[in-house]
Amino acid sequence: MLDAKDVVKIFNHGTINEKTALRGVSLHLKEGEFVSVIGGNGAGKSTLLSAIAGVYGVDSGNISIDDRDVTRLPEHRRAKYIGRVFQDPMMGTAANMEIEENLALAARRGQLRGLKWGVTASERAEYRDKLRRLDLGLENRLTSKVGLLSGGQRQALTLLMATLRKPKLLLLDEHTAALDPKTAAKVLELSEELIHENNLTTMMVTHNMRDAIAHGDRLIMMYDGKIIIDVEGETKRNLTAKQLLDKFEELSGSSEADGNLLLG
Amino acid sequence: MKRKSTIPSITVKFVALAALVILWTQMPTIISGAVSLGLLWGIMVLGVFITYRVLDIADLTVEGTITFGASIAAQMITSGQSPALATAAAFGGGLLAGLVTGILHTKLRIPALLSGILTLTGLYSINLRVMGRPNMPLLPFKVSSVFTPLNDALEPLSRTFPELAKKGYLSGLSSVIVGVGCLIVIGILLYWFFGTEIGSAVRATGNNPNMIRAQGVNTSVMIILGLMISNGLVGFAGALIAQYQTFSDINMGQGSIVIGLASLIIGEVLFGTRSFRNTLISVILGAVTYRVIIALVIKFGLNANDLKLFVAATVTFALTLPQMQTYARTVIKSLKRPRKAGEPNA
Repeated sequence: MLDAKDVVKIFNHGTINEKTALRGVSLHLKEGEFVSVIGGNGAGKSTLLSAIAGVYGVDSGNISIDDRDVTRLPEHRRAKYIGRVFQDPMMGTAANMEIEENLALAARRGQLRGLKWGVTASERAEYRDKLRRLDLGLENRLTSKVGLLSGGQRQALTLLMATLRKPKLLLLDEHTAALDPKTAAKVLELSEELIHENNLTTMMVTHNMRDAIAHGDRLIMMYDGKIIIDVEGETKRNLTAKQLLDKFEELSGSSEADGNLLLG
Repeated sequence: MKRKSTIPSITVKFVALAALVILWTQMPTIISGAVSLGLLWGIMVLGVFITYRVLDIADLTVEGTITFGASIAAQMITSGQSPALATAAAFGGGLLAGLVTGILHTKLRIPALLSGILTLTGLYSINLRVMGRPNMPLLPFKVSSVFTPLNDALEPLSRTFPELAKKGYLSGLSSVIVGVGCLIVIGILLYWFFGTEIGSAVRATGNNPNMIRAQGVNTSVMIILGLMISNGLVGFAGALIAQYQTFSDINMGQGSIVIGLASLIIGEVLFGTRSFRNTLISVILGAVTYRVIIALVIKFGLNANDLKLFVAATVTFALTLPQMQTYARTVIKSLKRPRKAGEPNA
């Protein structure tokens, strides 16, 4: 499904601010796999996600999705394969546009856009049904501006938008980090539901160790631009936060994990 | 922009219309002239609306494009082309100017403001080339304009009512009809376009480029498209204005962006921004209101040389209005808040 080979990303190359964010990351994701990615600040998890999404080019290495090399494709052309939810609830939706307009924009992800009407009546009915399932009362507010919604509502909407047209790969970039604990739990639960229902190949970056352990069928831990822990199957299911921390200290020779990773 | 208004915009529109009619009966020539100009400049204001509000870019190309459209039309009409063709060519010229600014901004990564300034500076020379001189009169050539056929058709009217014609009640009728006609057609086309899939993507680009890129839209193309449509309208307006005032002048675009913004803000504040359709209408009404205000302040003794200073001050005031409202509200709130026990006196 997703194949990343020796991906290197260096910011501010050749200046005193040079920062190597990814030091040759290789990663293979199987179809339908749900991976949670964890790591401290500056470990490179968000950079990895952005590199896969094509927000910026990589310095070396290759990225392919479904056996198609996308390394040189700009962000907007990779969007065909990728659904995304961002950390900032403001980032995934257009605030001055209506809920149904936002959904309609997302329903045409990667499609050729023409001079047909932007939102059709049949779509509207479909959106109403899907919004009803979110259980946030949005089904009766199709023509409300998204800017009027709360952060949690916007994040739930972005999640729905990302999956409206089934993506080959779903990228969740700390998408619950900016929400209060109760809303975060609800959005996470909704993510889990949508992922299983559509059997989506997913990468979920999180700061929260509990979430990473509780969700997904594989766990990756990043440190200093590299993947240092990669567990799946039985091992992942039986993993505890304590084990993860111990392993992290053993591998990195540092105890910064305590401060950097939230046990939630 | 969202504004909470206690007065329904329909009432404001009615009051404004009544005021306009009263003013018109008092000084028909001045008011009909102002309304004509307002309607024709209203086409330009729609262009400014597309860049400033929809794309969220302050596009200064406008200052050059309006003269570019006027110059193209003046040159073509004086060399014997049909006024309609000349006006269409001016639209095409505007599209091109927008394309240049768009490429400078998106492909060459020059900041939008500077891209506009570069295009408008280049257009100055191009406009001189097009006209071959700084000022090109249309009148001495006895040439026709897009208004001529209507003027001819309305001729019998002034013969039937010579009294009305003498007092000026029939002046400017043809330009008002052409202006309203063009605005209706352009308004409908814009409303349609911004409702389509591409149009929605253009709006989203101005609102949140990150979001729409993640939905697979090339934001550079959308920005170029928006700038082209905007400047096309401005060029078209320039051609009509030149034909209305019967000349094209190299300096006629000077200050047009401020006129555009003034009209835009007056329209939004007075007539509301409830929906996209409502905003389009508000913006056009704002352009007319702006011209009527200018005509009145000149009538009541403002030196025409001081006009630009007056306009700049008005726009500054209008742009800061939202902040001042917020400030006033916090002040009022803090005054109303009952003092808690234990809080020091004043």
